Amino acid sequence: MAKSDVKVLGFSPSPFVMRARIALKIKSVEYEFLEENLGSKSELLLKSNPVHKKIPVLIHNDKPVCESLIIVEYVDEAWSSSGPSILPSDPYDRAVARFWAAYVDEKWFSALRDIGSANGAEAKKAAIEQLIEVLVLLEDAFVKCSKGKPFFGGNQIGFLDIAFGSYLGWLRVTEKINEVKLLDEVKTPGLLKWAERFCADAAVKDVMPETDKLAKLRASAPPSS
Amino acid sequence: MAEEVKLLKTWSSPFGLRAFWILKLKGVQFDFIDEDLSNKSPLLLQSNPVYKKVPVLIHNGKPISESLVILEYVDETWKQNPLLPEDPYERARARFWAKFGDDKVLASIWNAFIKQGKEQEEAIGLAIETLKFLEEELKGKRFFGGEKIGLPDLALGWLANLIGVFEEVIGVKLIEKERFPLLSAWMQEFAEAPVIKESWPPHEKLVTKFRAIREPYVAAAAQPK
Repeated sequence: MAKSDVKVLGFSPSPFVMRARIALKIKSVEYEFLEENLGSKSELLLKSNPVHKKIPVLIHNDKPVCESLIIVEYVDEAWSSSGPSILPSDPYDRAVARFWAAYVDEKWFSALRDIGSANGAEAKKAAIEQLIEVLVLLEDAFVKCSKGKPFFGGNQIGFLDIAFGSYLGWLRVTEKINEVKLLDEVKTPGLLKWAERFCADAAVKDVMPETDKLAKLRASAPPSS
Repeated sequence: MAEEVKLLKTWSSPFGLRAFWILKLKGVQFDFIDEDLSNKSPLLLQSNPVYKKVPVLIHNGKPISESLVILEYVDETWKQNPLLPEDPYERARARFWAKFGDDKVLASIWNAFIKQGKEQEEAIGLAIETLKFLEEELKGKRFFGGEKIGLPDLALGWLANLIGVFEEVIGVKLIEKERFPLLSAWMQEFAEAPVIKESWPPHEKLVTKFRAIREPYVAAAAQPK
């Protein structure tokens, strides 16, 4: 399949865009990456995602797929015979993975954003505590989903690893800027080790933005794409 | 082992209704419990400790939460009368519209419902803009799922009865037939479909409930500033 048959419209620092790219890498799909200037969106983006006008958009044989987790499921299904499965095979395990992915996008994302928008030391401290509570829940999810294996998805990166792991760059920026450890050996030992493994994985390391670059970019909250 | 399927919902929750519909459409034998949310059952609290919300589907003792996750789980577990198409691209589109319904349509309609005065005018304007996307999507289709009811129809189905309730309470028509001919036709066709038509919560009871929900917003807006 020609590289130009698959395009990703994106913005490198975006965790949502990372999700699409990790999924394509897992399936060994070659694609053209078109970096968008979010201050001046391309015609192609506006045409491909007229409803939200947001990235990422995956364009496969001229057909656009929008919304990052929907893109990941699409990649898993469209290239089902290539590479390992991204979603688990058992319906119950799939439901658990989807549940936690939705939790990440709702609770984790808003808790992370609240830290950025918190005014004053007291508010910031409260927002950080809130985020750590979310992480403790995710630690529990990790233990249950991984069942002793290295990733949420088992021996390999799966749907929930991608959903949560794509935020690790921003998590590290938040730690750096606020001089706080969010993942630690006491409250989240499983996630702490998982984060290292995730970032080092072949499907991830080339698309995970460097913490310093993200820190410079960060005016307020992480990009909402 | 005998299948045990239990659904925790409430008499009025549109999210619970989705799960009820899919189980009925698939011909699955199940029990349901209408929860009193002011006095949540131990079973609910134990089955959905993260959100403590309905609906929860309990299949052979294993709980699944979040209505869209439940819909996909049921579709994958009971293969008769599939709600999602086979083709990955069409599946991605179905998921996109289901998500659009929850992220944008629901939020915009709710704002039109609770806001007052000038804010309400703006909220109604935004709701109409959002609904236009649905009108566009229905071109050439009987249902969002195509020829028959699919996942996005179940996800958006609350429109078919709750819109009438909201319109009655606020005294404003949100979905006018002239402006939204396809959406109006869809609402009627969906509302009268087998299984769906037998399951609507009583209209008057819904009007009373939502009128009471709106009261504090009306009262707050009437306060001198």
